[in-house]
Amino acid sequence: MPKDGIGASVKRREDLRFLTGTGRYTDDINLRGQAHVHFLRADVAHATLNAVDTSAAAEMPGVLRIFTAKDFEGVGGLPCGWQVTDKHGQPMQEPKHPILAEGKIRHVGEIVAAVVAETLEQARDAAEAIELDTEDLPAVIDMKQAVAEGAPKVHDELTSNLCYDWGFVEENKAAVEEAFANAAHVTTLELVNNRLVANPMEPRVAIGDYALHDDSSTLYTTSQNPHVIRLLMGAFVLGIPEHKLRVVAPDVGGGFGTKIFHYAEEAFCTFAAKQLRRPVKWTSTRSEAFISDAHGRDHVTKIQLALDADNNFTALRTDTYANMGAYLSTFAPSVPTWLHGTLMAGNYRTPLIYVNVKAVFTNTVPVDAYRGAGRPEATFQLERVVDKAARELGVDPAELRRQNFIRKDQFPYATPVAVEYDTGDYEATLDKAMQMAGYAGFETRRAASAAKGKLRGIGLSHYIEACGIAPSNLVGQLGARAGLYESATVRVNATGGLVVMTGSHSHGQGHETSFPQVVADMIGISPDQVEIVHGDTANTPMGMGTYGSRSIAVGGSAMVRATEKIIAKAKKIAAHLMEASEADIELKDGAFSVAGTDKSVAWGDVTLAAYVPHNYPLDDIEPGLEETAFYDPANFTYPSGCYICEVEVDPDTGRVEVQSFAAADDFGNVINPMIVEGQVQGGVGQGIGQALLENCVYDADGQLLSASYMDYAMPRASDLPMIDVDHSCQTPCTHNPLGVKGCGEAGAIGSPPALVNAVIDALQRDGKSVSHIDMPLSPARVWAAMNA
Amino acid sequence: MKVTMHVNGRQVSGEAEGRTLLSAFLREELGLTGTHIGCDTSQCGACTVHVDGKQVKSCTMFAAEAEGAEVTTIEGMANADGSLSAIQQAFQDYHGLQCGFCTPGMVMAAAALLEEIPQPTEAQIRHHLDGNICRCTGYHNIVKAIQAASGQPVAVAAE
Repeated sequence: MPKDGIGASVKRREDLRFLTGTGRYTDDINLRGQAHVHFLRADVAHATLNAVDTSAAAEMPGVLRIFTAKDFEGVGGLPCGWQVTDKHGQPMQEPKHPILAEGKIRHVGEIVAAVVAETLEQARDAAEAIELDTEDLPAVIDMKQAVAEGAPKVHDELTSNLCYDWGFVEENKAAVEEAFANAAHVTTLELVNNRLVANPMEPRVAIGDYALHDDSSTLYTTSQNPHVIRLLMGAFVLGIPEHKLRVVAPDVGGGFGTKIFHYAEEAFCTFAAKQLRRPVKWTSTRSEAFISDAHGRDHVTKIQLALDADNNFTALRTDTYANMGAYLSTFAPSVPTWLHGTLMAGNYRTPLIYVNVKAVFTNTVPVDAYRGAGRPEATFQLERVVDKAARELGVDPAELRRQNFIRKDQFPYATPVAVEYDTGDYEATLDKAMQMAGYAGFETRRAASAAKGKLRGIGLSHYIEACGIAPSNLVGQLGARAGLYESATVRVNATGGLVVMTGSHSHGQGHETSFPQVVADMIGISPDQVEIVHGDTANTPMGMGTYGSRSIAVGGSAMVRATEKIIAKAKKIAAHLMEASEADIELKDGAFSVAGTDKSVAWGDVTLAAYVPHNYPLDDIEPGLEETAFYDPANFTYPSGCYICEVEVDPDTGRVEVQSFAAADDFGNVINPMIVEGQVQGGVGQGIGQALLENCVYDADGQLLSASYMDYAMPRASDLPMIDVDHSCQTPCTHNPLGVKGCGEAGAIGSPPALVNAVIDALQRDGKSVSHIDMPLSPARVWAAMNA
Repeated sequence: MKVTMHVNGRQVSGEAEGRTLLSAFLREELGLTGTHIGCDTSQCGACTVHVDGKQVKSCTMFAAEAEGAEVTTIEGMANADGSLSAIQQAFQDYHGLQCGFCTPGMVMAAAALLEEIPQPTEAQIRHHLDGNICRCTGYHNIVKAIQAASGQPVAVAAE
């Protein structure tokens, strides 16, 4: 293994600043003359907003200006980046998403007015003096009630609360019905994929700044994709061309999806800074984050699996209600459709699949992508129904899976839900995980638990995901309003050091460490000679950012392509310097040599020649050594893996304790194993959080009951076990230059069904006839199920 | 009012209102932005510092309460020559951080734990960290880093 190239667990260089308190997060930035904004947010879920009286508040000390919706006439709403077409071929219903509430309040937390003052305390004090004239309306919270006849409408201008009714693949529907009619066995499961809040530890922050001298705006923001924010906000909301708008996202303290989206606060601070000719800063409190960050998941599903007499899967059908919240967040419509329906084949050969999804508006915070985004929802229902089928049929859940796996000699494999898996070996990860978990020795451990009065269970899940998002022409056909390529500019300096500017942006993934491993490995130099620049539209090429486990697969591939161009040009220079044919030049260990001779020139000699071109082929090539590449993937990548969880359940209290967790993943090739393992452990931690602890709860009036860390149960250190991870099963991706698949979301996708399956296993082994418990598996829910 | 305290070994003074929290004073008045604010209910621990040798969430006390106190923040944790201390080094060696936002609080909590219990068990480490939330790591590598910093063998996952 190379010491510090591809495949080496290089320690992270960014840690040096994070460990010494010298990181630079957005809230650490304070601009000269900065004013502060406090947003007055709705405290009711649904109401008419007749008038906002700011007269008394405007006279309060320090107040600079108070904004209401009236100030945003002529300003666009927040755009939605994906238009889904329903099963009748009609576009989804797409209501306006205003910056500040216009005439109506549609969820608790919606911005009603914004107070800008000299200090934050003054802004808060003044907000309390704003008088709202509102009239409460009945709130719609439950999705099925929201689409019932006569339900109050979230958006009066729409025909109903149904955003779209999506059927996939509509042409398969009749054949699926027929397969169910002919099935030897049908397993049915109704379940909830619980609503979550992403909760990156860094709350969102936005600082708008405006320069009068050149009429340019700058936004500092906590974003996973500054170029996307610049495009959406500049082109669709504020009407600022790219060359007059800079978006900077410095160190970002976690994102997990919720920092992808373009939010009202970003547009507000940019707009207000220009109006006031002063920087305007907003820092979210955690309480605000709960009612303004886009939420995740929130599906209600009925899934049915048909099997023949030999236990082969013959068909699958699902009916899902997916909550959109009150407005369409940036990528919300794509999550329950193209990121969910296309994954319903899972790891199996099921020949016929039909997925129906009804997306519904409710008086709740908008719902969008959260770590995994659609794929955890697909995996959870599929791996739960397969497990339930195995228990109904009396076969080992591992063996039922194995029997129905797509076999490794069947790749590439086209599923009935429109995707083609390039590579995989599902039995390998199953076997690996079973070995890691000591599957065969479970009975001994169960007896030991029983001796302590505890019920022990073991559960497994196998997942597939689609990462490396995405082929632009394909997603364009599916309704995406953006391309999904990634970019890199590689700048080689005269003395041989490199700067790589990328549209990808780390929010904890260690890009500053792993990206240089790739580039340096290709040239044969130390990664210490490569610096990464990201997070600032002013000095990076247009790129789509970091989400969907795409950065090494798409951003890394762009870097490879740009570095290949660099090497090709450098070889021309080397050939000139050594008076040899370009075809004979070889690059190894940072030196160029002429094949079959002892002639060589060092990397630094060639780079110097590029910038001091005294002896240089100026007739053939330009001076300098800087190249840009845009990489648009040919297909998604398909990481897969097997997770096995063992739990103990306390029969007296219903408390579940995770005893062990084994994760065997196939990510294809791996650049930095240490970082990859950390991604899986963190993802599993979030998945265990969803399965055991976390839940976003609204009451019938639309009040969020779980709106702080006092009420929303975040996983703590003592809630989680050590997490055993392995990535030695590798079937490299066939269509990107690194053979990588992406690892960021796997842990959160594969872990919830493994845990729930383990709890059901524990209860059934104890003779309980419990076949399902909805997440989170709190002691109260488990105890109630056991004692039903 | 004017508040004076010793922060990371230096005497410092700054202006604070009665309601100013120590966390805000450190960040806004002293510019020590390594102390992070991740919640508003004193749950997350990102703002953990040491006050007179005790681990404290700096959002749970007013700046004025720290008058005359010895305060240590993450900026004061490195060795005198600027190199990482043993605990900081262990966090890097064992990949005990990802986004870095909870990290200052984790390091301060870990340092206080090892002061109190030089060789903590895994359970003691996890119990001690219950006031510090990390969303990135699943705590796995944080536990390992603290075990390593205490000179103990690091844990492996249950077989």
